[in-house]
Amino acid sequence: MKTRIVVVGNGMVGHKFIDNLVNHADRDQYQVITFSEESRLAYDRVQLSKYFSGSTAEDLMLTSTDYYNEKGVQYILGDKVIDLDFDNKEIITASGRREAYDKLILATGSFPFVPPIPGNNGEHCLVYRTIEDLERITASAQQSKIGVVVGGGLLGLEAAAALKAAGLETHVVEFAPRLMAVQLDEGGGKLLRRKIESIGVRVHTQKATNEIVAGAESRYRMNFADGSHLETDMILFSAGIRPQDELARKCGIGLGERGGIVVDNNCQTTVKDVYAIGECALWNNRIYGLVAPGYQMAKVALSHITGGKDQFTGADMSTKLKLLGVDVASVGDAHGNTPGSLSYTYSNDVEEVYKRIIVSADNKKLLGAVLVGDVEAYGTLQSMCVNGMDLPEDPNCLILPNVDGGGAAIGVDALPESACVCSCYDVSKGAICCAVQDGARTMGDIKAITKASTGCGGCSALAKQVMDSELKKIGVEVSNHICEHFPHSRRELADIVRIKQIKTFDDLLDQHGRGLGCDICKPAVGSILAGFWNEYVLDKKHIGLQDTNDIFLGNMQKDGSYSIVPRIAGGEITPEKLIVLGEVAKEYKLYTKITGGQRIDLFGAQLHQLPAIWKKLVDAGFETGHAYGKSLRTVKSCVGSTWCRYGVLDSVGMAVMLENRYKGVRSPHKMKFAVSGCTRECAEAQSKDFGVIATETGWSLYVCGNGGMRPRHADLFATGLDDVTLIKYIDRVMMFYIRTADRLQRTSVWMENMEGGLDYLKKVVIDDKLGLCEELEAQMNYNISQYQCEWKTTVENEELQKRFKHFINSEARDDNLAYVVEREQIRPATALERKSNNIQLVELVD
Amino acid sequence: MSEKPWISVCEINDLLPDTGVCALVNKQQVAIFRSRRLNEVFAVSNYDPVGEANVLSRGMIGSIGDEVVVASPLYKEHYNLRTGECLEKPGYKIPVFPVRLDDGLVQIQA
Ligand SMILES: Cc1cc2nc3c(=O)[nH]c(=O)nc-3n(C[C@H](O)[C@H](O)[C@H](O)COP(=O)(O)OP(=O)(O)OC[C@H]3O[C@@H](n4cnc5c(N)ncnc54)[C@H](O)[C@@H]3O)c2cc1C
Ligand code: HEM
Ligand code: SF4
Ligand code: SF4
Ligand code: FES
Repeated sequence: MKTRIVVVGNGMVGHKFIDNLVNHADRDQYQVITFSEESRLAYDRVQLSKYFSGSTAEDLMLTSTDYYNEKGVQYILGDKVIDLDFDNKEIITASGRREAYDKLILATGSFPFVPPIPGNNGEHCLVYRTIEDLERITASAQQSKIGVVVGGGLLGLEAAAALKAAGLETHVVEFAPRLMAVQLDEGGGKLLRRKIESIGVRVHTQKATNEIVAGAESRYRMNFADGSHLETDMILFSAGIRPQDELARKCGIGLGERGGIVVDNNCQTTVKDVYAIGECALWNNRIYGLVAPGYQMAKVALSHITGGKDQFTGADMSTKLKLLGVDVASVGDAHGNTPGSLSYTYSNDVEEVYKRIIVSADNKKLLGAVLVGDVEAYGTLQSMCVNGMDLPEDPNCLILPNVDGGGAAIGVDALPESACVCSCYDVSKGAICCAVQDGARTMGDIKAITKASTGCGGCSALAKQVMDSELKKIGVEVSNHICEHFPHSRRELADIVRIKQIKTFDDLLDQHGRGLGCDICKPAVGSILAGFWNEYVLDKKHIGLQDTNDIFLGNMQKDGSYSIVPRIAGGEITPEKLIVLGEVAKEYKLYTKITGGQRIDLFGAQLHQLPAIWKKLVDAGFETGHAYGKSLRTVKSCVGSTWCRYGVLDSVGMAVMLENRYKGVRSPHKMKFAVSGCTRECAEAQSKDFGVIATETGWSLYVCGNGGMRPRHADLFATGLDDVTLIKYIDRVMMFYIRTADRLQRTSVWMENMEGGLDYLKKVVIDDKLGLCEELEAQMNYNISQYQCEWKTTVENEELQKRFKHFINSEARDDNLAYVVEREQIRPATALERKSNNIQLVELVD
Repeated sequence: MSEKPWISVCEINDLLPDTGVCALVNKQQVAIFRSRRLNEVFAVSNYDPVGEANVLSRGMIGSIGDEVVVASPLYKEHYNLRTGECLEKPGYKIPVFPVRLDDGLVQIQA
């Protein structure tokens, strides 16, 4: 007869146990039935906060009734187990159902602790644990302006971010002197506080709440022990969890002093044939409030039942905060509680980074770490700690920025095969290497085969390093082929297109590629073709090559609407044109913003409105700004000698001329220019791809600068230039870039990778070392002669406008677009606002 | 169960080769693509479950290995046009609809 296993609780861990069992080699010998108090099968509590960013209960499910049916798992939902009869080996539920067991698994999880404060049971005093809790929070948030989270731990901060996203004025009240007191030391806590405050959440530490009473302005008033108070409309308790041991307590199963079902290394309780796993279990006087240790327990209990040898011997408590824009992580013994431990600290207030590592007394092993602001080293540190690896000779290099260019990157080769890379899914380095041996080539493959990196995501950088290193070992060349469809780099493809005079993607694919092409090679080839031949990008031959933005000549925004960016060369605009922009924006209710590129973007245009809006702009003399293309963006300028007291040359005039000359030229990546009227450099030209600065002796040309994520100061290329020479040099450098750069390589990186660097580029462009200059100039002149304003072409041809419709067979518009008003203009409604029925949506213009 | 009727949404010539359009069929947004090389038409849901917007018809089609895919215009996940499965994010799957050509008309069952 089959062994009957009853699993009480179908949460994350209970489900894991069942899933392991039904995939076990001996599965046929067991019959499993599970009971859940909740109304649905197991869902992903770890990702619960995603509910606020639009995930549905459905998305969060870890399993389905179909899956359980297929695997022969019986499940009873919404029926709580209320008693156990050990003599007859039966469980009894609230509905009176009795079920016999041979082995009983308690996976009852935990419940949120609500501090015993008078007044804590109001209608808008809530907790954060289940999907139903989130539904209550959503409902309450709609009737509230201010929200307070009690508890500044990992969960509390997650909850605060959710309230903030729901549009509430959000406060966190913490009893301890700092946030995330369990994980962070004082320095880390301080910096975290600054970061949390900078996303607009108010933090109050060292506040003990005495009572909650009716408020004067808001629904409630919290009175604190120090005499201060805070008014709020809702309160969310996140003051820790308590093991759900009610059932065990009632039936006399051994508990810890402060609760929790006592288990041994096999996850057995004090009662025969009864196991406890997950957050309800107390091992070595410790509750593990994380999912990974629970999964380990699930494995151990199953192993014991099926005659295996796995033991539970404690688990790693490293954690990472899942908050956008606030990076915090702690590893192992973050407080340095181990006797004799030493620590190293790196703290940088300017960049808001705090890192501390705790090492053993002999300075040989890593015991723990705290990271705030820069958590890149998390994966490495965590595996060093868990796997007991030796510290590098100088442990400082683990936390100092870029020592020897290496930073915290310790070779993954030093990790043992058994090292745990992904603790969510217990995936070892060996398992990832095996997957690579079996043919995995991308992180996508690794995720699909091993499940690594599909939980909290904290291990993704480390997992990729392991994969890359293994790929290298088995001799898979990290090839420069643009993608699987062409065995060539972008530069090689550019040569082929130019030399063979190829005019279409299809010809190139026929002659040099295979398959259908993809979203990597198509836009790249589209850019090469345009870079040399500059034909209308929406021509039938080319339209399939145009990326998201190019294909409708506008930048797609997050909700599928578009931005409208007319060219305002050099940032110079007449009052008449300014008025036209305002009128058009008003007519179509577009959000209006002045960009860093010295022009004006209009946001929130629907696809079908684009031709009509552009018709008005084109009629008023505007041209497309190519904000959508990999091409020249803007030429920024200062006001220059015409007005400025210091100016020596007309920077605005030069900027307007340059912008009009190079507008529409397609390139491997976008290009930005700036022109300053004197060396005070108000236009910040040295941070641009092409920077021009006026001097007493003529123009200075700077090339290959960059702002953004990885700023690069532009290199001084030539000085004392007259207008004609300046343009000649820019023509040549730009066309050389178009010919030789890699796909999506900005000029800065192109320069850094160029053999011979700046000197070589000067030899090619100034000394004509390759005898190319004439050709480069001719090519540029041809390209420029082919210029057209794509929007002008489009609004003048009805046939071309047909595509600008949401539906091919209906005049309806996309009913998913929804906007609300903020600071007197529209913005897309958040997921939460969409769900709510009392938020005022903006009526859209047709 | 009776089969859903075939509904004509546009002419094949309305579909530029290697691009997509969106059609409204029984209140559902259906993204339709035409591959010139395969001489084949595909129909899937227009809703991008990752970006949470109705935009897939504006994505780029192509192949990855032997699979015909569309890349989401928002965050570039790939969906198999025959099965609806997401290549990068297992678990995300978009509905696929039967589609046929009848005398130059594109017809969908949805
Ligand atoms: C918002 C949030 C964010 C989190 N983030 C992370 C994170 O980033 N990383 C991490 O590692 N962990 C995180 N956690 C913790 C993680 O979710 C838990 O560790 C995990 O869910 C524990 O699983 P469990 O099965 O032990 O308990 P649960 O998932 O709580 O499951 C227990 C189930 O048993 C049911 N039950 C209880 N008693 C009975 C009974 N008598 N009869 C029938 N059914 C019963 C309960 O209703 C519940 O459904 C987070 C938790 C929350 C709430
Ligand atoms: C990979 C990195 C980048 C991405 C993905 C990116 C994306 C974008 C997008 C989508 C827009 C257009 C908004 C719209 O009209 O819809 C934009 C505009 C802009 N970005 Fe970036 N950007 C990047 C890097 C940079 C860098 C490095 C800088 C500055 C040094 C920068 C400065 C600007 C400016 C000034 C604008 C407004 C431009 C204009 O008026 O046309 N961006 N960016
Ligand atoms: S760069 Fe020189 S010319 Fe231009 S605004 Fe500044 S001071 Fe004036
Ligand atoms: S910095 Fe650039 S890419 Fe980032 S949000 Fe702003 S516009 Fe978008
Ligand atoms: S450690 Fe969480 S996904 Fe790998």
